[in-house]
Amino acid sequence: MSAISCELLSKRYAIGQRERYRALRDVIAETVSNPFRRKRKPESIWALKDVSFDVSQGEPVGIIGRNGAGKSTLLKILSRITKPTEGQVLIRGRVGSLLEVGTGFHPELTGRENIFLNGAIIGMRKAEIVRKFDEIVAFAEVEKFLDTPVKRYSSGMYVRLAFAVAAHLETEILVIDEVLAVGDVAFQRKCLGKIDALSHSGRTVLFVSHNMQAVRSLCKEAIWLEQGQLKAFGPSAKVIEKYLDAAGRNEKSGDLDARLQAMPADSSFRMNYVSLEQDGVTASTVLSGKPLDLVLGYSIFKDTPGFHICVSILDIEGSLLIETIHNGHAEEPPLVKAGDYVSRVSFPAEFFASHAYEVGILPSIASVRNCWPRPLTIPFAVEASGKVNQAYPGYATPAKLAPLLDWKTERLSKPIESAAATVTNASR
Amino acid sequence: MSTVADVRSEELPTLLITPPSRWIPLELSELWQYRELLYFLVWRDIKVRYKQTALGAAWAVMQPLFMMVVFSLFFGRLAKVPSDGIPYPVFTFCALIPWQLFANALTESSNSLIGNQNLITKVYFARLVIPIAAVLSGLLDFLIAFTILLGMMLYYGIVPGWPIVALPAFILLAILTALAVGLWLSALNVQFRDVRYTMNFLVQFWLFATPVAYPSSIVPEQWRALYGINPMVGVVEGFRWALLGKSQPPGAMLWVSVLVVSALLVGGLYYFRRMEQEFADIV
Repeated sequence: MSAISCELLSKRYAIGQRERYRALRDVIAETVSNPFRRKRKPESIWALKDVSFDVSQGEPVGIIGRNGAGKSTLLKILSRITKPTEGQVLIRGRVGSLLEVGTGFHPELTGRENIFLNGAIIGMRKAEIVRKFDEIVAFAEVEKFLDTPVKRYSSGMYVRLAFAVAAHLETEILVIDEVLAVGDVAFQRKCLGKIDALSHSGRTVLFVSHNMQAVRSLCKEAIWLEQGQLKAFGPSAKVIEKYLDAAGRNEKSGDLDARLQAMPADSSFRMNYVSLEQDGVTASTVLSGKPLDLVLGYSIFKDTPGFHICVSILDIEGSLLIETIHNGHAEEPPLVKAGDYVSRVSFPAEFFASHAYEVGILPSIASVRNCWPRPLTIPFAVEASGKVNQAYPGYATPAKLAPLLDWKTERLSKPIESAAATVTNASR
Repeated sequence: MSTVADVRSEELPTLLITPPSRWIPLELSELWQYRELLYFLVWRDIKVRYKQTALGAAWAVMQPLFMMVVFSLFFGRLAKVPSDGIPYPVFTFCALIPWQLFANALTESSNSLIGNQNLITKVYFARLVIPIAAVLSGLLDFLIAFTILLGMMLYYGIVPGWPIVALPAFILLAILTALAVGLWLSALNVQFRDVRYTMNFLVQFWLFATPVAYPSSIVPEQWRALYGINPMVGVVEGFRWALLGKSQPPGAMLWVSVLVVSALLVGGLYYFRRMEQEFADIV
């Protein structure tokens, strides 16, 4: 039996509708100055167009797509916040929506008071909140601060409390918008576990996420939206693969070449091509389980001492993670003779985590000048496919890098008594 | 991991989501489903108001008290406005209290949707809960001010007679008037943000069109029923009749008021229900 069936669902927004409201004054002025002219229709865009799909009861479904693809609009329609312009949805069961953590939290009220307020706002009965109160508090780990106004909470505590209330909403259908991206690692894992438990109890969970690993491991099926249209709906692994393929194709074409051409010319050096490759194919989305190569083709016009190319890896926030120099292993700055060169650096398999990164390339002449005023940057995304933490598929590490390290664990034939005693003591 | 109850065996309600339509049923039963949310919103408004202001309850009393002093001085003492044989201060204060209840409720409810836009755009619930909560949260202030009125009546030795049993009906009428107009204005306010600037003017104008500073007996007999088109006329005269005893029972004027409020309220409910379909998109 399907829990949600959407039929040709469409939503149109007038352009600018979200930004500017009208003033009654304007309406009166318009009517007075042009009493007979029909009102012009404002320009509009379709945030969703003819989207149809069926979700069976108890099925967790991931919704993926780029920003502005219509994911949030879809969730808003399903959770009855806004109405569709065309089409209809038939829903079986009560819908709870978590489009934001802590909706309606009031900074002046205490943690305890906000649990009740927020619980009531997201649709819990008072009796239900009372029943789950201790569980919520324990989940949020804020026992000591229950009677402190939440304006004095740290942002971590605030978010934990907010999510804890939300996680205890037990409607038959739950609609969740990227609320997982909160809190520290341990807490994130707890949240994913909670969602998993909810979907195993027969609840239908729809959630938007940019974390492909979470979608893949939690959801049997996924919906891919692109510019308001349903691009694919089916088994999550397949849909994610298609989505990543398309994302990769979109970014590699021409863009990098154009940026390379735009770099200022240098009297002794020219970069001819730059390419980020996996399995010998240019890619902007790569797998963590395979090595990644950066290939640089360049020409040196005259013999240049101290010429080097510095390659750096930055995370999405711009922190420098790695820096490597193409001839940095030499004993002293080498003389680079005139000629054409290809340099290739390989980042090993099982090295990157499943995040977005940027590789920066900056050619320079030691103690003379940088050949470019700023590094050329190439963004790339890594998808988990390797062995790192593969036993825990719902877990996406927040660590910047995830190298596969050499663990050795052996089971001891005889317990070490003194060590066992120490452990028991410590855990007390 | 905490336990999660299984839902597979339950009988599930169905819901059809369709594009906006012009006439949609009021479905007041849905409002009843959200009564606990209504309670929590009222509780939040009161709690926050009394937490944030150092003077707390004193605010509730000061405004009508100062107005009483000013009115007594200028209208009562200097302009010698008649007061149906009742000492002027208690005559006007008895009207100022329901007036404040109404004026605050009207202002609060008119701005309520704008003030709660973070809720409206993030979660679904019966939208009517918001203006209703705004109206109800003024009741505590009213009760505090009411005790002052009782003190004044004691001072002037005024003992209310049996009509006092009708008082709750007049309080209800004041609340419903504020809600009826508030429904229209709050929905309009979402669409046209300059509505809020007209609020001050509206409230002031309405105050002078209501017999707060003067008795309705100065209005010629044949116009009284027409005067009742302003529902607050019925409320204020009803208060005086129920508490101070000496005024005439409001009579025909009151029934006109009730009729007007009913029409405004039903119209306001339908208008609100129709507009609420777009609140989240335009707020």
